[in-house]
Amino acid sequence: MAQTTSAIGAAVPNSKAGRTFAGRVTVYGLVALIGLALALAPFLFPDVRSQEVAARICVFIVLVASYDLLIGYTGIVSFAHTMFFGLGAYGTAIAIKTMGPGFEAILLGGGIGIVAALVLALLIGLLSLRVKAIFFAMVTLAAASVMMVLASQLSDFTGGEDGITYSIPKLFAPATELLADADGKALRLFGVALNGKLALYYFVFISALVLFLGMLRIVASPLGSVLQAIRENEMRAEAIGYRVVVYRTAIFCIAAGVAACAGILRAVWLKYTGPEVVLSFDIMIDILLMVVIGGMGTMWGAVIGVVLMTLAQYYLKDLMALGAEASSALPIVPDLLNPERWLLWLGLCFILLVYFFPAGIAGTLMGKGVRR
Amino acid sequence: MAPVLQLDDVHTDIAQYQILHGVSLAIPQGGVHVILGRNGAGKTTTLRTIMGLWKARSGSVRFRGDDITRLSTPDIAQRGIAFVPENMGIFGGLTVEENMRLATKDGSFDTQRLNRVHGIFPAMAQFWTKPAHALSGGQKQMLAVSRAIIERRDLILVDEPTKGLAPAIIRNMITAFREIAEETTILLVEQNFYFAKALGQSVAVIDDGRIVHSGTMAELASDAGLQSRFLSLSLEAH
Amino acid sequence: MTDTTASFRTRLTTGIDRFGGVLLLPVELAVIALLLIGQPSTWATLTIAGLAMGMMIFLMASGLSLIFGLMDVLNFGHSAFVTAGAFIGATVLGWLGFWVTGGNPALNLAGLLLAIAAATIFGGLAGWFFERVVIRPVYQDHLRQILITVGALIVAEELVLLIWGGAPIPVPRPAVLTGSLVLGGVSVEIYRIFAFALGLAVYVALYLVLNRTRLGLLIRAGVENREMVEALGFRIDRLFILVFMAGSALAAMGGAMWAGYQGLITAALGSEMMILVFIVVIIGGLGSIQGSLLGAILVGLMANYVAFLVPKMALASNMLLMMAILLWRPYGLLPAVKR
Repeated sequence: MAQTTSAIGAAVPNSKAGRTFAGRVTVYGLVALIGLALALAPFLFPDVRSQEVAARICVFIVLVASYDLLIGYTGIVSFAHTMFFGLGAYGTAIAIKTMGPGFEAILLGGGIGIVAALVLALLIGLLSLRVKAIFFAMVTLAAASVMMVLASQLSDFTGGEDGITYSIPKLFAPATELLADADGKALRLFGVALNGKLALYYFVFISALVLFLGMLRIVASPLGSVLQAIRENEMRAEAIGYRVVVYRTAIFCIAAGVAACAGILRAVWLKYTGPEVVLSFDIMIDILLMVVIGGMGTMWGAVIGVVLMTLAQYYLKDLMALGAEASSALPIVPDLLNPERWLLWLGLCFILLVYFFPAGIAGTLMGKGVRR
Repeated sequence: MAPVLQLDDVHTDIAQYQILHGVSLAIPQGGVHVILGRNGAGKTTTLRTIMGLWKARSGSVRFRGDDITRLSTPDIAQRGIAFVPENMGIFGGLTVEENMRLATKDGSFDTQRLNRVHGIFPAMAQFWTKPAHALSGGQKQMLAVSRAIIERRDLILVDEPTKGLAPAIIRNMITAFREIAEETTILLVEQNFYFAKALGQSVAVIDDGRIVHSGTMAELASDAGLQSRFLSLSLEAH
Repeated sequence: MTDTTASFRTRLTTGIDRFGGVLLLPVELAVIALLLIGQPSTWATLTIAGLAMGMMIFLMASGLSLIFGLMDVLNFGHSAFVTAGAFIGATVLGWLGFWVTGGNPALNLAGLLLAIAAATIFGGLAGWFFERVVIRPVYQDHLRQILITVGALIVAEELVLLIWGGAPIPVPRPAVLTGSLVLGGVSVEIYRIFAFALGLAVYVALYLVLNRTRLGLLIRAGVENREMVEALGFRIDRLFILVFMAGSALAAMGGAMWAGYQGLITAALGSEMMILVFIVVIIGGLGSIQGSLLGAILVGLMANYVAFLVPKMALASNMLLMMAILLWRPYGLLPAVKR
């Protein structure tokens, strides 16, 4: 390593400036469009399924962006992100189940969930962030599996495999009128009823927005720069005097806390919490796919990746089903197009993407190379 | 006589940093030849580029007249270049014998050569069956050099063999290298001018990825002006 | 680490060394379990079950550990080989029909060995393909390596679902290996003895190859410092593909054995086992087969004892074991590289 010091003067010329400017504009434009669409989702896409999709996108943007803090900005690969997501969700769900559907239950349960996530992240971080990245990946994978087993086995608290169903504060019930018209029915704005469901959506949307902006702030802060310095060259960062383990653990805790917040939003929106929707390894895979497809280390990539993947999940399957039906006379093809096999195609796309565009969509457009 | 090793305008980058800015060097057959330079000047990079562990971006490395610039490390090694890296590259979990056996061509020892190595470094015979991680720093260095000479090689690259060694062991090393140089060529990278002066026939001084001086060791050793120009750092240290 | 924890660690280490070092940990675990369980016959059955399970996990873990040790490649797709091995083994056993279920013990065994061989050979070939196509382009880049191997795992699991479907598949067990022996009042499933023997045979074979052959010497050296092995004139990439194929073959063999043990398999088999395999590799220390064996036996015993004593804690107990060992020895019990 000693050789590098004398030759730092020779910088790489940036010949791609013009191209990346257009790319940046594209990315910001896309993100702005997505933001606008989400902000107006109840009015633009009033049907129930679209509402589900929009709310899921909001929650996952937070979840995936917090994961990007780890994988993209710090170079940590963790498989325990669903564990923290689940802690937030289960904390909220259990508190509502025992205390009844009030905001104080959400606050208390969610708070406990967040604290639990922070403590666990601190433990795991201090324990294993000092060793190799790959070791850390294995430790988190093991931890996440144990959490999943615990959730399904401590059925007295968690409802086991079935999970917990509960009601949420009355304000968010579809029957609640935010503004009543002369007949006592919920007032309609552009044909959309101003009811509790709308309030719930905006609760999720605004919380997600605040969390996302908070993470943007973190990335732009000195902490963000230190983390990137560590990612680029751990030994040098250590030599300059940064306590690498401390910074890594700090960002791991922050990411865990944000993931727990996303879990709270998920729990409130779904009125249900179970291993399948918050803890399963499939969700972890989703997060990973979303962040890589969107582009690691950009934050904007998380937004793009989540939207793309979620739309694919909801609508590509329909398309595949049509394809399978149309090709039912052929051998093998219908099996390959079976909607249940959609992960096969996604997996293949994912591998190709990691080979050829490791910076993901946003990263490639913005000209950010992934470190080699 | 044609040089055994010739570098021509070699440029090497590590990640985005350019380390060697056109190194040219000719090493004649036989004897000990030294590259001196301060930390970060590009000494190790030069050796690693010769060995193919880092690839030159441009320029050429010729060994006995053949271009080896683009060859893989194993191919370069098989052509008869041995490498003793800065960290010695000892396999700590293997015994001294196993370490040496790996360096033989077909896994068996030539008794005569083995006796010669044991003659140069008696400690190797003494610790023959011990795991290498149990050796002292000096003994590890001896093992690393032994490995390089257990087969006949045309060129041995040695990266700072005196680093961290006690003066008594350094004197031992000087004797050993002199004996080894009787049958082969040694290219030595050093910061320790005392050691370099005792061994070297020719010397090149590298700074900032370029050769800034080359000539005979006798010339450099006797010319205080040259020394202060090129080696101020090294001389202060010794 | 502060001085107090460091000295605690030293004291703990010397304390454990006094009781025979880490190699005696499984014995110590067994003794503690005997005290907790009380009935010797139950304890003996559990111990044998644990040893058999440990040996099967060892098959799956040893390859992963060596692959990582030699090339710094952690293959998250390793479990795909386990799953594939299980399904291929089950399919071959199904094809052989009467061979396997009939009354002729020789045919029984031949059928089983054929099934295991088919799985193992497939594992080796698939390993070759996997190394060439999936892993080779991303050497030296851990992040992309993890991502690519996870992607490959997804694809492989989907392929298994595509070929064999999502419904659980029954695995015929060779007639000669069904039932139990009663030894001194302890009933022992014959299949467990077979699994233990096979695992032990593989361990001995691996040990001999690694310690008695030039190839093994090269592998051990490569685990420590692959650059130096290249500088000595050896093509480490050829060595690596060999180890990768062997590791994948062993994983598939372990999968086939596990399929026979379970009797009913699903496509999730590999990923379920993988957690235990990772724990074993972490406990044992990356890159050493002795470590893998020690870790696998500890995990196998722990899983069986705890499943009896506190059924709900079975997996969590192994996780706790891993945490404890990581705290005590961050590089595992028997890491390959001695510093």
